[in-house]
Amino acid sequence: MLRYSLKRLLSLGISLVVASLVIFAVIEVAPGDPARFMLGINAQPDTVAALRAELGLDVPKVQRYLAWVGGMLSGDFGISYTYRVPVGQMIADRMWVSLPLALMALTLSTVIALPVGLYAANRRGGRGDMAVMGLTQLGIAVPNFWFAMILVVIFAINLRWFSAGGFPGWDAGLLVGLKALTLPAVALALPQAAILSRVMRSALIDILSEDFMRTARAKGLTRQQALWRHGLRNALIPVLTIMGLQFSFLLAGAIIIEQVFFLPGLGRLVFQSISQRDLIVVESVVMLLVFAVIVVNFAVDLAYVAVDPRLRTQL
Amino acid sequence: MRGSYTLILGAAMTLCFAAAALVSFIWVPFDVTLVDIPNKLQRPTGQHWLGTDHFGRDLLSMIMVGARTSIAVALIAVGIGILIGVPLGLLAAARKGSWLDEMIMRANDLIFAFPSLVIAILITAIFGAGAVNAIIAIGIFNIPVFARVTRGGALSLWEREFILSARVAGKSGLLISVEHILPNLANLLIVQGTIQFSLGILAEAGLSYVGLGAQPPLPSWGRMLADAQTMVSFAPHLALVPGGAIILTVLGLNMMGDGLRDRLDPKLRGRPV
Repeated sequence: MLRYSLKRLLSLGISLVVASLVIFAVIEVAPGDPARFMLGINAQPDTVAALRAELGLDVPKVQRYLAWVGGMLSGDFGISYTYRVPVGQMIADRMWVSLPLALMALTLSTVIALPVGLYAANRRGGRGDMAVMGLTQLGIAVPNFWFAMILVVIFAINLRWFSAGGFPGWDAGLLVGLKALTLPAVALALPQAAILSRVMRSALIDILSEDFMRTARAKGLTRQQALWRHGLRNALIPVLTIMGLQFSFLLAGAIIIEQVFFLPGLGRLVFQSISQRDLIVVESVVMLLVFAVIVVNFAVDLAYVAVDPRLRTQL
Repeated sequence: MRGSYTLILGAAMTLCFAAAALVSFIWVPFDVTLVDIPNKLQRPTGQHWLGTDHFGRDLLSMIMVGARTSIAVALIAVGIGILIGVPLGLLAAARKGSWLDEMIMRANDLIFAFPSLVIAILITAIFGAGAVNAIIAIGIFNIPVFARVTRGGALSLWEREFILSARVAGKSGLLISVEHILPNLANLLIVQGTIQFSLGILAEAGLSYVGLGAQPPLPSWGRMLADAQTMVSFAPHLALVPGGAIILTVLGLNMMGDGLRDRLDPKLRGRPV
């Protein structure tokens, strides 16, 4: 187990280093000098040179890469070219919108998907199962931003239960904040719940035909008891894998959903920064997203072992 | 039987949109760049079957031309995934356990760590928005998917007897991969291709919705939705028409994928996409 964790930790480290190199290299080849962009086309060459020096753009690439990575490790993401404030501060402010949104959506999709999958697997081939399969097929096909627009029309414009967009901030109160994130979270969660229900259903169906389930029934457990005591835990492995993958989809999906609801999250920050050629912000936000995805998948790998003790001896 | 029903219905839905896209090359009911303000925001009428947008443009024509963009972007992106991913997967399987295999698979993991939208954002940050960059962004994400599916399928084939006899006959790993492994993976790749195609349509819609995909005046379903956003309360058809087109196309492709998988590989029947 320790050896496995160390091995995974090493590969986590390598992935992060390579990802940071790729992101840095990609941003480096981007055309357009940020200093020239900030000063406009009429800027004098010596003014541009002075600003380049101030932004640290005149030092060799290797040195800049090391400074960027070193800075991030100590929590210093640099200074935004456009707003002249620490990038770390900008990201932290926006993170308080995007992260709760992704977590709310993940919770919601899990809370919907697990019972639905369990229900369908239990009634395999029956009408309930067919209805679930049909609805989830539809759920997968619905683009989340379109669904978000429909939610706004129904619940914000017609019923007036929620606001159509914007975020009042957590200072306005926890409930007010949660309410503002409810529609976006539902829009993000539903397509993911459709996928997760299908995974849960098929994982359970696979398990139901296993020998140990027959043994459990033979020793006198009812179908439900066998499913709860032995089936669910075994079905969790594929479900966890998909949940890990979904987290990255939710973070990325949040970028689009934030546009629909005008939420001041990481997604809007990235789009603003792209249009203002504030590449240092783009670079850091993308790195942060990739970091989150890699770390979540690492956690999922470790969670397998916690869920399935058999893996401990195999590894 | 249920499988073939799904397959036929899914294929019919997909073909409808493919046909609409093809027909739009030679004929559309109205020119999609034609601005007709007196007839703006019309509900579906005898003249404009799906209504008109805020510039009076015919929505049916826009959907037809938009289908072209969606299908072209998704199809080329799947092509990129197959052309690069499949050879990589075959290579990794043929050299199983070698440093080459390890390197290909780790590179795959790395691409998976970048959600496709993040790749698209990076690409647009550098090269600007547009249909070509959307293709590259979605295509890059397809590479590891096909590499992984190919490697997985090929690994189990390498254990089979007919491959062993091919090796005994003195064929090289490369020749076996091309002559024996690849044809046996065709079913798997067709099914995966259908799934990636539908994901590509969704991704293209998402990218053009946030302005990173096809640029005006080229109509795209995603941008039609973005335009509709501020008018959806008084002209809901502006959102329902392109949304419906996306949902029906993706649904058709997914049903086709399910049906094809049941038809081509009965062992996998009932598994989720």
